[in-house]
Order: sequence, then structure tokens, then C-alpha cells
Amino acid sequence: MSEDVYVLGIDMIKFGRFPEKSLAEIGAEAALLALDDAGLKIQDIEAMWCGNLMQANNMVGQQVLQQIGQTGIPVVNCANACATGATAFRDAWLAVKAGAYDVVLAVGVEQMGKGLLGGTGAGRGIPKEGLLGSMTMPAVFAEAGMEHARKYGTTFEQFAKVSVKNHHHSTLNPKAMYQIETPLEQVMGAEMISYPNTKLMCSVNVDGSAAAVLVSEKKARQLGMKRAVKIRASVLTSDPWSERDLVMPDVNTCTRLAAKKAYEMAGVGADDINLIELHDCFATAEILHYENLGLCKDGEAGKLIDEGQTAIGGRIPVNLSGGLLSKGHPLGATGIANIYEVSTHLRGEAGKRQVPNAKLGLTHVIGLGSACAIHILEKAA
Amino acid sequence: MAEAAAKPRPAVGFLKIPESGEPYLEGHKCKVCGAMYLGERSACAKCGARGQIEAVKLSNKGKLYVFSIVYRSFPGIQTPYISAIVDLDGGGTVKGNLIGVEPDPKNISFGMPVEVVYKDALGRKDREGNSYLSYFFQPAS
Repeated sequence: MSEDVYVLGIDMIKFGRFPEKSLAEIGAEAALLALDDAGLKIQDIEAMWCGNLMQANNMVGQQVLQQIGQTGIPVVNCANACATGATAFRDAWLAVKAGAYDVVLAVGVEQMGKGLLGGTGAGRGIPKEGLLGSMTMPAVFAEAGMEHARKYGTTFEQFAKVSVKNHHHSTLNPKAMYQIETPLEQVMGAEMISYPNTKLMCSVNVDGSAAAVLVSEKKARQLGMKRAVKIRASVLTSDPWSERDLVMPDVNTCTRLAAKKAYEMAGVGADDINLIELHDCFATAEILHYENLGLCKDGEAGKLIDEGQTAIGGRIPVNLSGGLLSKGHPLGATGIANIYEVSTHLRGEAGKRQVPNAKLGLTHVIGLGSACAIHILEKAA
Repeated sequence: MAEAAAKPRPAVGFLKIPESGEPYLEGHKCKVCGAMYLGERSACAKCGARGQIEAVKLSNKGKLYVFSIVYRSFPGIQTPYISAIVDLDGGGTVKGNLIGVEPDPKNISFGMPVEVVYKDALGRKDREGNSYLSYFFQPAS
């Protein structure tokens, strides 16, 4: 482990619903965009990591290469729930960091149906959903939010404000699924899915892809540092044992562990970060992660959203892309798409939503079950 | 097609129905670190100890930790219902439906005492037509 690793090219497609396209076609689009962004050809790529969850047994990475160039390089397909894309990116980083390659490609792609995600609890015997509580994702994250409400008095309105903010941000992001303002009354008055998460407080199931070209320091110097983004930290954790995690998946402990390691690896603190893309799969989750990532003290997350500190123009803007709530959440692509968002700000190319003089950004995803991935990225030149 | 059994079966493995006596929930506790599990296991996920897990009878009394009121579920699942996470007195955390209270946040408070009750599993039957016994939480009087 020696030299730094850089993102040289990165891009995503506009998230949407593309039932007429194949998964490989969707993945190939982002892969080509990322290659173009880096100014490289598929022949320059020495290895590839492909993140996809729902078709993880279908050799999706090879299918993408069958669309854009079968060069015989090693391909690793990986699945890690909603941390899938970030895991593909991290393993690509590891391989370059280890000195095995100088130029690699990480692709994240997903084609989603509509409807609720979660365990049906069918298995043997009878279905357990609605008999032994709920294992739907909106309910699981509602319960995680209610734990915060229990400890600190966080309100339905405060959770709803997260969704108002992220939908507002997405009006400035042409690649988000939606560009629609959703005032507080509309968010709180939307169909209740699992209290306190209304329909507008649940992430959007969309199709999408994102891809990144990662290079060694040597290669970055050779090809040009001007738009390069330095990877200051890459951390992956699983869920450490916690008291209730058998019945209540714990998204806090693994995030806190990953954040601690990431800040240590980068040699920076939460106060040094200029923007964050975090895993707002449900509005309730974003509130928890303000504290988990150290943006405020425990118990102050409600105040953070009330005061607009995490909104555009605030002290520490969170989910300027619109987040999973409005940009959309194609599971395997999400982890690379949020690295794209942060990189775009570090390059000064984020247009109307640009964070002025952004130098350092952080991305965070959680795959329930659980996996947490955090990356800290820095403007290179 | 197999004959349906005369007696109801347990909805989950950690619900025990003795030949004589009342049904109960069974936990598995690590003798080394005290961590509690639902269902048998060979090693402890908290401390890693092997062969130190013993079956214990869980209490039918506990306190509501957190809840959600579920209005939208998978097709065919009747809503609304209260999905509840309960800390049982003496150890063990269990998830289930909270019944006997209208599904409205103003009727439900964190820490409220609840008891575990055993009833038919909402009429759900398996492919062979077997009935199942399940557990529910209700406000303790």
C-alpha cells in the first residue's frame, strides 16, 4: 500500500425507467460515459468490477463488456445489498492501491421493478409478514427512525423535512429521476406507507447506472491531474453485534465504525468535509446518519434539519443530488452515483447546485444485512 | 395431499408448544457473555464462544421499545397493523404485531408494558391446510 489512487473519469446516466433496455445496455452507457470522461478506450482498462444486486448470478460485468469491448480482462461481479456499487468501487481501488493495475473500471447498474422491497418471510410454513410485525424496508427504517424519536423526541415533521430538502435539491440536478418541489404539507400528507415514512419519504425505485475509471498516481500524473479526484479514504464494514440486531437491523453501529476508520484514514474530521452524499433510502435514515457521521452531537440531528444546516448553502450540505429520495435508488448503481455527485462538486462542475470551493467530500451507503461503505474524496489539482 | 395435523403448529421455531402446559417463547443464551438469541446456534455472535449456548424460557412480559404502523405491505397482507419491537423482561428482544390498541401513534407510547399472548396465526394455513399458533403483544393491564 503506497501511492494514492485517483478517479480519472466518472459519470452516470440520468436515472429513470427503461424497461425496453437490457441491464447490460444500461450498464454499458455509464461505462462508455466514464471512459469518455477519462479520455480513455476500453483497451486501456486492465480489470473491471461490476456491481449489480438483482441479477447477481448473471455475469453482468461480462455482459457489459460484450456491449463495449471484450478484451479478455479479469472481471469481478459483486453484490452487497445497497452497498453493491460502493463495494465494486472499493475493490477496484484496492487492486490499484495494491499495485496490481494502473487503470481499472468500476460499474454499478440496476434495473428495478416498482413496489416494496423487503423480506416476505415466506420460507417454510406460513408467511410471517403482517403476522410478526413487518420486514418491509419502509417499516424497518421507520422503526430505526422511531428509535431516534424515542431517545431524542425527533418528530414526524423533522423526518419529513429531509424529504422536502432532498426533493428541492433534485430540482437543480438534471440527472435526478424527479425535479419536483415537494412542500412540507405535501410530504406529510402523502400516502402513509409505514409511520412515520410517507410515500414521499421513501426512495424511488429506478433503473440506472454509474461508472468510474480509477487510476494509479503514476497514471494520473501522466494523463493529467486537472479533473482528477483523489481517494483519501475507502472503508467497508459489516454489522458488529448489537443488542437488538436480530429483529432490528442496526444501521448505526456499522456506519459509526466506518466513519471513524474513514476519518482516521484520511486524517481529517467531519468539520473538514464540504459536502456529503449519504444513504437516505428513507427520510428517517438521513436523520440518523447526521449523528453517525459526526456532523453534530448525538441528539442534535433534528436541530440540524430544522436550521437548514444540511440544505444547499448550509454549513454542511447533504444530498445535493436529490439523494435516493428524489434522484432515485438503483441499488447496484447508487454507491458509484454518489461518488459521481461528490466528484462533480470537487471538479467545480455541479452547475446551479455547486458547493463553492469544495475541497473534500464524503459518500456513504448502507446495504442492509449489513454493509457500510464510506469514501472520502479530495480535489486533486 | 398430506392430512392436516390435528394440533396447530408453531408459526416460528422459537415458539414452543409443550405436550402439557402453556406455550412459551424460547431464547438461546450464551453462558459466557449473556447474549440472547432466538433459535438454536452453535456459536455466539457477540463473543464467539462455541458450545456455550443454552435454551431458556423467555418472559411473557416486556416493554415496547419501538414501533411502526404499517399501512402498505405486500399484496394480500391486511393493513394497517402495528409492527412492534419488544424488550422482554429478563432478556430477549422480539418483533411482532401489537394488538388490542387502535393503530394510531397517539395510542402508543415507548416503554409501555405489554404481555405476550398466543393465538391462531390470523387464519393463515400452509399448503397442507395446517393451522398455526403465533404470538402477539397486547397492552398489559
